[in-house]
Amino acid sequence: MSDASTVTIEIDGKTLEVKAGVMLIDIADDANIDIPRFCYHRHLTIAANCRMCLVDVENAPKPLPACATPVMDGMKVHTKSARAIAAQKATMEFLLINHPLDCPICDQGGECELQDVAMAYGGDVSRYTEGKRVVKDKDIGPLISTDLTRCIHCTRCIRFGEEIAGLRELGATGRGENMQIGTYIEHAVSSELSGNVIDLCPVGALTAKPSRYSARAWELNQYPSIAAHDCIGSHLSVHTFRSDTNRIVPIENSEINECWLSDRDRFSYKGLTSRDRLLKPMIKMDGQWRETDWQTALEKTFAAMQDTIRNYGADQIGVLASPNSTLEELYLLKKLTSNIDCFNFDHRLRQLDFSHQDQAPMIPTLGSSITDLESLDSVLLIGSNISKEQPMLGIRLRKAQKKGAKICQINHRVYDLRMPCEVGIAAHYRNLVLELAAVAKALNIDSSLLPHAANTLFVQAQILEKHSQIAEILKNGEKSHVILGNQAISSPYYSLVEIFARAIATSCNCLFGYLTDGANATGAWLTGAIPHRDYNGASQKTAGLNAQSMLEQPRNLYLLHNIEIDYDCADPVTALSAVASSDFVVCMTPYVSSDMQNYADILLPISPYLETSGTFINIEGRVQTFAGASKLKNSEARPAWKIIRVLGNYFDIDGFEFNSSKEILEEIERTIGEFKGDNTATITEATALADKEDVIYRCSEVNMYHSDSIVRRSEPLQNTPEAKEDRIHINADLAKKLNLERATQVLVKHGNKTIAMHLAIDDTVANDCAWTSFATATSKKLGPMYGVIELEAD
Amino acid sequence: MSKSLSQLVSSKAVAEVELWISKYPAEQKQSAVMAALRIVQDENGGYLNRELMDGVAGFLDMPFIAVYEVASFYSMYEHNPVGKYKICVCNSISCMINGSEKIIDYLEKKFGIGVGEVTKDGRFSIKEVECLGACVGAPMMMIGKEYYEDLTPEKIDIIIDGLK
Repeated sequence: MSDASTVTIEIDGKTLEVKAGVMLIDIADDANIDIPRFCYHRHLTIAANCRMCLVDVENAPKPLPACATPVMDGMKVHTKSARAIAAQKATMEFLLINHPLDCPICDQGGECELQDVAMAYGGDVSRYTEGKRVVKDKDIGPLISTDLTRCIHCTRCIRFGEEIAGLRELGATGRGENMQIGTYIEHAVSSELSGNVIDLCPVGALTAKPSRYSARAWELNQYPSIAAHDCIGSHLSVHTFRSDTNRIVPIENSEINECWLSDRDRFSYKGLTSRDRLLKPMIKMDGQWRETDWQTALEKTFAAMQDTIRNYGADQIGVLASPNSTLEELYLLKKLTSNIDCFNFDHRLRQLDFSHQDQAPMIPTLGSSITDLESLDSVLLIGSNISKEQPMLGIRLRKAQKKGAKICQINHRVYDLRMPCEVGIAAHYRNLVLELAAVAKALNIDSSLLPHAANTLFVQAQILEKHSQIAEILKNGEKSHVILGNQAISSPYYSLVEIFARAIATSCNCLFGYLTDGANATGAWLTGAIPHRDYNGASQKTAGLNAQSMLEQPRNLYLLHNIEIDYDCADPVTALSAVASSDFVVCMTPYVSSDMQNYADILLPISPYLETSGTFINIEGRVQTFAGASKLKNSEARPAWKIIRVLGNYFDIDGFEFNSSKEILEEIERTIGEFKGDNTATITEATALADKEDVIYRCSEVNMYHSDSIVRRSEPLQNTPEAKEDRIHINADLAKKLNLERATQVLVKHGNKTIAMHLAIDDTVANDCAWTSFATATSKKLGPMYGVIELEAD
Repeated sequence: MSKSLSQLVSSKAVAEVELWISKYPAEQKQSAVMAALRIVQDENGGYLNRELMDGVAGFLDMPFIAVYEVASFYSMYEHNPVGKYKICVCNSISCMINGSEKIIDYLEKKFGIGVGEVTKDGRFSIKEVECLGACVGAPMMMIGKEYYEDLTPEKIDIIIDGLK
């Protein structure tokens, strides 16, 4: 902004020194002067189509819309003058002409912008005696219910789709009296951010389907909490009716989620009341499941652990915890396991390559703040479908892209990131390493710094146009970022991917960061929920087995915390056979499944997210504590930290005297103290790349609506087209090679498993690659997320 | 996946759309949407369908809904089959004062169809339209690109008989 940027204006007699060119409505909002509005939203572009914000500007021939009138020096504005009020009342009367009087049965009633403004500006009697327009409701999917007769055509939902979500699905078709909001061709909206239009809609035209007709706004209690399904930690408000969660809405936080929330975070709560909930501790006796009391269950758990330690050694215990566990739970689990000399403790359930874990930074972080992503000039996303995996970051990158940032991706599929992508390379997991080596070569990095395994690849790498383009884009950006996404971390060549990614970042002076699985992977690293390090990255006397080895070399006893082993691990088949062959399996779980009943011996019901208190550390390293909000009726579930505390007491370990999760957090703060989210590391250990073969490489992306046990049980999310995506995707070239061009179903052989899957021919997929959605009922029957498979017509 | 435009219309039509695209800056391809819709509509016997609109969207890199918005906004785009001769009768104020309702009645009786319908032989359809800017000759109608003014039932018979 130039210097001559301040002007003096007067609103309602109040003199204000303000920035020139800013819209009147923003100035008035900052000065707490109330101007009614519907179409204006500070995060969306200006439409000025509702006319509700008309104000009286001196010397202007007509009232002007405050949302679209930039301030000018000497401007005198009256928001409450007779002319302003007359204009606003007239607008209100027009808006109410076609609006139905169905407030008593409208979900928006009580929190409706139209109701509120009508109270102030509406007439008490309608002068309109003609017929009102009626608009047929549309089915736009399981998340949003439509009552389009109520629509006042503010177009916020349309602008949101185009500007924020990057996916234009809703539109205004027809004109004049016949204008309607909808998808025109009826289909379920597919945006991962679609639920935000519910908040944006100023009337009851778009409301939340899962909570429809279930409570009135004024009957709800609200509790602040933190979202638990990705590493962002969006702020949200849990609205409860009696003790049930009725709905979830975002809490504005400009540094994290602004005023948005992903559909996954908004609608996952429906999984909390699933019929699969485990209500009481259960114990398997002679192959039969019996309900039991907490004391018996915990004593049995302790006795089983002691038996294993006595007979086989603590090394025969394997402890796996979800990356969605709270900091407190993980801290206590670490304290418990290390005190009994068991180091087989891990949270990296969807990881396959651990070869460089000793050289990893203390905690994985994004390498910048979330807001800083907006000011990037260029980004290279490696193994990341950021718009679906971390929708809030997708929004930030989209903003950067609109300001001119260049987005590049190297993925198994060229993903639709809901924004234009400068360079997109599709490569299966083996070739992805080679593509990175070629980009590194195009940057002329000092190859002597590369470890041997990487150096040979570097020497062989062939630089093509696309590699040079990415190199140029990263080099030319003043502020660039190389990001390793969830799929890079779960790659069987994670170490090589990271070596090249770091080399590229260093050579271009880029930021470097990770996007991790679950809500609290950063916290898990910090509290030592890893087999090779203690709290805060400190060394420990011996290294235990990592998540994958623990399953490849079955242990005698498993303690599973908040996971479903056949969905949450990178290799479901191996995982299931490991727990099946073990002597004893303890599941601390909010849910019970039939598979779990087969492999478990004791089921301890824990309070899931929203019912327990705790702390998550997000990918920026931001520590966020939350309290429980709701409670399931008739459930004896306990917070997991209390269960671990009792086990600690049984083992007679000092320092297990906690009365609240807050006390645990205080101890963590004392023990760990300040920590730095520093991503610096030198990686030299790597898994060698297998030789090139003429085979099909399977690559997977965790389906965003199957990412954890709560989400998998949320009925509305499971009814979305996205959740049902369960096909194997190959490109047309591969289909031709395999003679599958006309096939709709194929037999997929992975390891010793063969299953039938639907086929999708999809040219976004890399050559010789078969892409599948992971953590679904189909994928759990196949082998690991990545691997060589065979395909034939069914 | 939707079909590409070149699978749906003749290469001549595609070339014509491309000509329109070339009239606008390269990054503003969507400016050609109205012309493109008109071209594909003409080629399809006077009306659009979803496949064609999707084809146009794909060709111009536009979201489908953005094309549906345009196609549903303007009255010259048809979404249902029309007759070979689409008789557009103005029913705005000047024509109405001068008896356009009677003209419409006459046409309906003559062809045995209502407004928005097509004769069995597919030759004629009637459409009510807003002011075409020929108030001086009210009541008026438009068939194809021709305006016919100062209409009377007798005059209509002559006009219709004159159509091939």
